[in-house]
Amino acid sequence: MTELTDLGVAAIRDGVRGGSFSARDVAQAFIARVSAAKALNAFLVETPDHALAAADAADAAKAAGEELKPLAGVPIGMKDLFCTKGVPATAASLILEGFTPTYESTVSGKLFAAGAGMLGKLNMDQFAMGSSNETSAFGNVISPWRRSDGGNAALAPGGSSGGSSSAIAARLCPAATGTDTGGSIRQPAAFTGIAGIKPTYGRCSRWGVVAFASSLDQAGPMARDVRDCAIMLEAMTGFDAKDATSLDLPVPKWEAGLSPDLRGKTIGIPKEYRVDNMPAEIDALWQQGIAWMKDAGAQIVEVSLPHTKYALPAYYIIAPAEASSNLARYDGVRFGMRDLPEGANLQDMYAATRAAGFGDEVKRRIMIGTYVLSAGFYDAYFTQASKVRTLIARDFEHAFEKCDYLLTPTAPSAAFALGEKQADPIAMYLNDVFTVPASLAGLPAMSVPGGLDAQGLPLGLQIIGRPLDEQGVLNAGLAIEQRAGFVARPEAWW
Amino acid sequence: MSVDIATVKKIASLARIAISEEDAARLAPELDNIMGWIEQLGEVDTADVAPMTAVIPNHLRLRDDVITDGNVRDAVLANAPQAEHGFFTVPKVIE
Repeated sequence: MTELTDLGVAAIRDGVRGGSFSARDVAQAFIARVSAAKALNAFLVETPDHALAAADAADAAKAAGEELKPLAGVPIGMKDLFCTKGVPATAASLILEGFTPTYESTVSGKLFAAGAGMLGKLNMDQFAMGSSNETSAFGNVISPWRRSDGGNAALAPGGSSGGSSSAIAARLCPAATGTDTGGSIRQPAAFTGIAGIKPTYGRCSRWGVVAFASSLDQAGPMARDVRDCAIMLEAMTGFDAKDATSLDLPVPKWEAGLSPDLRGKTIGIPKEYRVDNMPAEIDALWQQGIAWMKDAGAQIVEVSLPHTKYALPAYYIIAPAEASSNLARYDGVRFGMRDLPEGANLQDMYAATRAAGFGDEVKRRIMIGTYVLSAGFYDAYFTQASKVRTLIARDFEHAFEKCDYLLTPTAPSAAFALGEKQADPIAMYLNDVFTVPASLAGLPAMSVPGGLDAQGLPLGLQIIGRPLDEQGVLNAGLAIEQRAGFVARPEAWW
Repeated sequence: MSVDIATVKKIASLARIAISEEDAARLAPELDNIMGWIEQLGEVDTADVAPMTAVIPNHLRLRDDVITDGNVRDAVLANAPQAEHGFFTVPKVIE
């Protein structure tokens, strides 16, 4: 018999509705699995009582013959960037240690209102700044995957949503929330053989989500397949007056709209994504993805996104600039840590608190941001980057005159070993080369598993769509998913 | 352009992050390297390009000028490292 923890969101929802098992049984199975997986370090806080209470509510509703909520009986993981009332939230930073939100983020509130329970808060890169989950103040998250060479090198689960990706791949939860600023949903999904979608900027409210770069930050779901992502996304999305950039649009019925039939659709292959030194296996997967798209009925055209090479440098001005502004709130006065050296004045207290509380990568980005915004440099850096961002968005607009979706690899490599890229910040930044452009343009984009490399590690394919066309992105993802038949899973060693 | 130790100290001071001589010396070449990589943006011709202000066209909304929140002093202060008599407290700033 299939273990309950092998089931995805749709299977759990349908099983609870149909009475095949109780929501409590599901919650207990996942709770046990979470508590036995400490070696992965995926969870910062475990909240079994929350999951059980939601499960009991689902079982009671079922017993009373009531109509069950969309996510009734489904326990999920919550990235620690989302504030949930009464549960400590740190964004994996010491500076927020001891902070317990007295309010609920809009997205987590929507998920709970839809019946979901929470298994715990997931580890991540500190303030979502990182691509390997090595910047958490509370230790690295370990990927459940291992190379097939027999070596037991600890691999990166990707970042920044590395706790989310590791937990889902290890079957500690069927789905989790992620956030994506430059690829933080898609790259970890690719590294761990799961699916994840960043919707159009503005679809999911940012209210109650610890801010990194507000013009880029966007929440989205991560799960093991496309359908589960669609179900989660429906529950997470919707207008919120508390977020000034929230889109006031109805929430589409993405799950009901799923169709893998791509006849009449055109897929663009951006030639600039064929980067130097691309591993042959990544290119081979990309070609395979093209073949799958054709098989699903789509036409293939080559398109050009001429400013692609400038996306990363523009991102590393815009994101740190916004971060330096957003993170000014950590001052040791209103919440979180305070470091008050003997005899220190207010300014000393700010500086000491921030020196003690922020990790190295966070400091690096705040300093870059402060530099590019400082007097005399603003126009040369920030204004220029914002103009380049316009050009990058325009590239996509032109491409979408010729095609409906773009197909690219999600990341330029499979998961690397922890520590392998730590020494060189730029090498780490380059990991997001394929994901950052869509973030800069606010476009919906998704990663789905495509296959394994020679070392037995998952590789992902990315689909980028027009603004608000999450349905098309999900459908193209589904077409790939059905053809890739990705069933590989990491063996439990933890 | 290059980021030297003096520049790092100035940025750290602007960013209100205490920094040791040692860290400033370590960060200078690191930030210099990153800024050097970012410099390539300068080669893009942006003469007639407007800087992006919103990725997805969206109208800023006005809401009714009514009180929608408040009377939550204790919740606001609940996470303060130090709060007394219903206020945030900080080291003395006026001599």
